[in-house]
Amino acid sequence: MKGDSHLLLRRFSLSRAKEQAIQFSLFLCALLSVVTTLGIIIVLVNEAVVAVGPNAAFFQEVSLKEFFTDTRWTPQFADKHFGVLPLLAGTFLIAGIAALIALPIGLASAIYLCEYAAPRTRDFVKPSLEILAGVPTVVYGYFALVFVTPYLLKPIFQDLLGFDVGVFNAASAGIVVGVMILPMVSSLSEDALRAVPRGLREAGYALGSTKFDVSVKIVLPAAASGIMASFLLAISRAVGETMAVSIAAGMTPALTMNPFRSVQTMTSYIVNVSLGDTPAGSVQYQSLYAIALTLFCITLAMNILSQVVLSRYREVYE
Amino acid sequence: MMSRLKVMPDNPPRRPQAEALKPPPETTAAPAKIETRDLSFFYGENQVLFDVSMTIRERAVTALIGPSGCGKSTFLRTINRMNDIIEGTRLTGHVSLEGIDIYAKQVDVVALRNRVGMVFQKSNPFPKSIFENVAYGPKIAGERKKKVLAEIVQRSLKRAALWEEVKDRLNDSALALSGGQQQRLCIARALATDPDVLLMDEPASALDPASTAKIEDLIFELKENYTIVIVTHNMQQASRISDQTAFFYEGRLIEMEPTTALFTKPREQRTEDYITGRFG
Repeated sequence: MKGDSHLLLRRFSLSRAKEQAIQFSLFLCALLSVVTTLGIIIVLVNEAVVAVGPNAAFFQEVSLKEFFTDTRWTPQFADKHFGVLPLLAGTFLIAGIAALIALPIGLASAIYLCEYAAPRTRDFVKPSLEILAGVPTVVYGYFALVFVTPYLLKPIFQDLLGFDVGVFNAASAGIVVGVMILPMVSSLSEDALRAVPRGLREAGYALGSTKFDVSVKIVLPAAASGIMASFLLAISRAVGETMAVSIAAGMTPALTMNPFRSVQTMTSYIVNVSLGDTPAGSVQYQSLYAIALTLFCITLAMNILSQVVLSRYREVYE
Repeated sequence: MMSRLKVMPDNPPRRPQAEALKPPPETTAAPAKIETRDLSFFYGENQVLFDVSMTIRERAVTALIGPSGCGKSTFLRTINRMNDIIEGTRLTGHVSLEGIDIYAKQVDVVALRNRVGMVFQKSNPFPKSIFENVAYGPKIAGERKKKVLAEIVQRSLKRAALWEEVKDRLNDSALALSGGQQQRLCIARALATDPDVLLMDEPASALDPASTAKIEDLIFELKENYTIVIVTHNMQQASRISDQTAFFYEGRLIEMEPTTALFTKPREQRTEDYITGRFG
């Protein structure tokens, strides 16, 4: 008897050690992503705000006031200006056009998939929507350049309405980014709609609602915060989108709201400078980090905001 | 009354068939409100109701009892066609409201549900204010005038015995109310569309005894003006509040009698076994 219990104890502690080892290695994996994020923040802050190394940080050479108020962005010219406004304008012009396309269509398709579609239709439509998310972004950029601009924008806006549509323009980039984030809006919004308890729908029908009444007056308001969160995440993705906008919108930092002109976004500026022969340590080179930090702050803020909105809505039903 | 259901005139009234069922002696005065004939119901291949024929009397409380899965809730939900929203369901036989076949092609389901209100087992107020919850039904039916809506809300809340408790906070969220209050709010919301039939699917099963007593008192008052059909798994509740009781077992209507008769002298052995607690 005594021997048996001894055996039992040893095997027990051995399995516990194994369990702890597994727990520890899983913890390391989780830690990795946290450390990576911290590393990125440290590098960005080091190069942009306070330099530890031999080169001066960006904001030690260019004042915050110039960065946020100057309306010209000309780091590669002899007369250098570092006003981020044109890049911000370009970024938000394209993200705005993308949102204009993706939010209404994405939400409408989410409502269709969740409230109207028969299971068989949904089984076909949903994967097709998700294929859109799997297309490489460079393909979207190319598609904007060789299809959207010449065959969609030029015939309508130039030949018919008389606007001057450039080869590179914000509109074509905005349209393809919109298509790109559409599956995200639709699938996250659908999750939010699906989380609305069945009882609410039944209550609506029992009071003599049509399907449209139930969808728009009951389910949609009840899922509002989840839908808002999906919008914010999608816009944040549009703000960070790089390849498609670099190809389709061109490289002209212009402070404009004209969607048919070429603009430069923060991301495409980073591509532009990274690929060029800008000497490391120069102000132009350091400006990359300032832009990257700005971009990081914007998307971080939007992601946090969407988390806050989302957690508020979870409270209502749990 | 009948004009509120949009139905073509060629629909034959089914009232004569009511003679087939022997009318229970105590309630002969009350005319039939709802009748079903040979009603069978299927979830896909699975049949859950078998040839149910029942007559439900006007301005009376009819209780549906039986063990879980006996089809009593499904039967209740055929009366306002709530099963329509579940995919893959099928119904044969007839259900009529005041002689009109509610499953006829010409019937407007929205108009039907305006006349046949429903209260669910789990209280399900909308995440809106108390006022907006009650005003929802009249609003989607097209009522826009603020004054009329306010009157309807007040009248409905009074009928549901909730007005005194919430009159000072009509704009608060309905989700801030207690469970029993939420259920009475759902009753008020169902009354706001001015139905004449009220279906209740175990309305008190999730409530504490005090709230249950309030709901039962309320049901007793409401039967003055409404035809009430209530599903309950609580036999004491059925015997306290109902005039007629129908016992369901395995999808079949075993027997239906005036409540006192069913609980004191059941005709069927299975009914007796169930009400004496031998199964279920």
